[in-house]
Amino acid sequence: MTLMQKLLGASAVLALSAGTATAEPALIFDLGGKFDKSFNEAAFNGAQRWAEETGGTFREIELTSEAQREQALRRFAEAGANPVVMTGFAFGSVLDEVAPDYPDTKFAIIDMVVDQPNVRSVVFNEHEGSFLVGMMAGLKTESGTVGFIGGMDIPLIRKFACGYAQGVVAANPDATVIANMTGTTPAAWNDPVKGGELTKAQISQGADIVYAAAGGTGVGVLQAAADEGIFSIGVDSNQNYLHPGSVLTSMLKRVDVAVYEAMSQGTDLETGFNVMGLANYGVGVALDENNEAIVSYDMLAQVYAAADKIVSGEMMVHDYMSDDSCPALEF
Amino acid sequence: MDFLTFLQISDTAVRFAIPLLFACLAGLFSERAGIFDIGLEGKMLAAAFFSAAIAALTGNVWIGLLAGIGASMALSIIHGLASITFRGNQLISGVAINFLAAGLTVLIAQDWFRQGGRTPSLSDFGPNARFNSITLPYADQMQDAGPLGLVYAELISGHSILVYVGFLMVPLTWYILFRTRFGLRLRAVGENPAAVDTAGVSVVGLRYAAVAICGILCGMAGAYLATGLQAGFVKDMSSGRGFIALAALIFAKWRPWYALWACLLFGFLQAMALRPDAVERLVQIDIPGQLLDALPYILTVVILAGFVGKAIPPRAGGEPYVKER
Repeated sequence: MTLMQKLLGASAVLALSAGTATAEPALIFDLGGKFDKSFNEAAFNGAQRWAEETGGTFREIELTSEAQREQALRRFAEAGANPVVMTGFAFGSVLDEVAPDYPDTKFAIIDMVVDQPNVRSVVFNEHEGSFLVGMMAGLKTESGTVGFIGGMDIPLIRKFACGYAQGVVAANPDATVIANMTGTTPAAWNDPVKGGELTKAQISQGADIVYAAAGGTGVGVLQAAADEGIFSIGVDSNQNYLHPGSVLTSMLKRVDVAVYEAMSQGTDLETGFNVMGLANYGVGVALDENNEAIVSYDMLAQVYAAADKIVSGEMMVHDYMSDDSCPALEF
Repeated sequence: MDFLTFLQISDTAVRFAIPLLFACLAGLFSERAGIFDIGLEGKMLAAAFFSAAIAALTGNVWIGLLAGIGASMALSIIHGLASITFRGNQLISGVAINFLAAGLTVLIAQDWFRQGGRTPSLSDFGPNARFNSITLPYADQMQDAGPLGLVYAELISGHSILVYVGFLMVPLTWYILFRTRFGLRLRAVGENPAAVDTAGVSVVGLRYAAVAICGILCGMAGAYLATGLQAGFVKDMSSGRGFIALAALIFAKWRPWYALWACLLFGFLQAMALRPDAVERLVQIDIPGQLLDALPYILTVVILAGFVGKAIPPRAGGEPYVKER
């Protein structure tokens, strides 16, 4: 092989790899981390499914600090990744600034609405899913008191709490809901010790079911609930398997579907506002062999009936984020 | 607030206070010998990870505890090398240890367990894989025997062994520091290392000893977090407790008994923040939990500003000892 051929070959390889790089989607995980057994992990699973089905590859980065948000976004956009998918409300303001600088790149943001022509905003009706698990808690509780433990105190988490409280009251009008937030900083997503203590505090107030919407902190909540012999409810991913027989159910938020769809559409990503609710299976409750023994047929029948009513519009679940107030719960 | 609620909050306070107390006493030994240590947080985190990981791998929490102490000691030795042998800046070394621990724990956890930087739940590894709570003798019978019995059953009984060890560490620390020759020299080395050197005692040796004791105590703090309070390691699970312990150390004016009260107070404030309902019933106004969470820091600032007494750190603290001057 002459030198010329080598050079030509090398440049051909370069051209090829450059060609694939432009079509490669990217995924940015929020501070909770890729394997949080919850929200970010669901996103990863969606991307993984896309990669397995299409044989494609995707780029990814896990943020470790707030300061990296803009940096990561710009780097992926500069590198030609398309679409760039990101998980988490916290990207909202950063993406709003970055998106206009890269008009040819499509972005997809989950859990936040960003009004830019090249951005797809995917939001979930968490209040609907939380309503259903709230109903299950209301039907299951024996003490008449159920708990909610949120991560960082942000409107999104209050939306979970509010939907849950409405569900509890709908199924059991006399029930009391205790709601606590772990903290007001991002550290609140990774403090299982405090989550466990909050669970014990709620148990001493009479709670016999706790719903954790708290990322890594939720691991501590579920653990404490299993240790103390009460029921817990997982969130985002199916967490039933973590403590079989103690985790009553999990509120599924199909972040994986959202990521999968965004990546499947590739560069032709449909931008704009995208709502994933009960109607299009964006949220739901988890049933598997780990919790079938503790969920009764009667309970399921009522939950499915309520789900039908919500889908048909016969019943409305109040969304905390629509007016920053909750009819069923005081914060 | 009824008496039972008060006891429940106190019970939570004790569990919150113990990791602070271990870390605070660790800092006490180190700083009394003149080595500032803001790496308490990182050492706790490393100990939390290694105790949980080894407990998961061996199914024996005591081996886990030893591994946690070992990891914490290793970081202590690094801190010692940097700040005693090589006379580096103690604060920078401490910050480096915090970063090192935060990154290393997640990295190793991912390599060993493939669960995204956490360990599996220790409850899957049999009853000996974590510190279980101990019910003291007659606790159940004492439940109905008046208020004192209730205190015994609710507050004193039902903690894991490390809690009782933690409380024992306070008199032990006091005895070592204020009633032994070693303690006298250790304190002297933090005040005036040149005098100790002149007396023919090794400054470097004493400081290394102090830093090693600091490692042991931090190791217990971390092990309690991951194998006593929780059943496994989650990334960043120390959540700033090392820094609150430093605040408690200043609040306690570098004294062991004061450290106990400071940690209990800080633990109690944290526990109160978890029970807004009880607080509201007590004071009739709604106090935001954030205020209670912030109080340890506010109190520390108040103490530092000299409003309530005066906190004077060991005089030679933060300065490497240079013999040949």
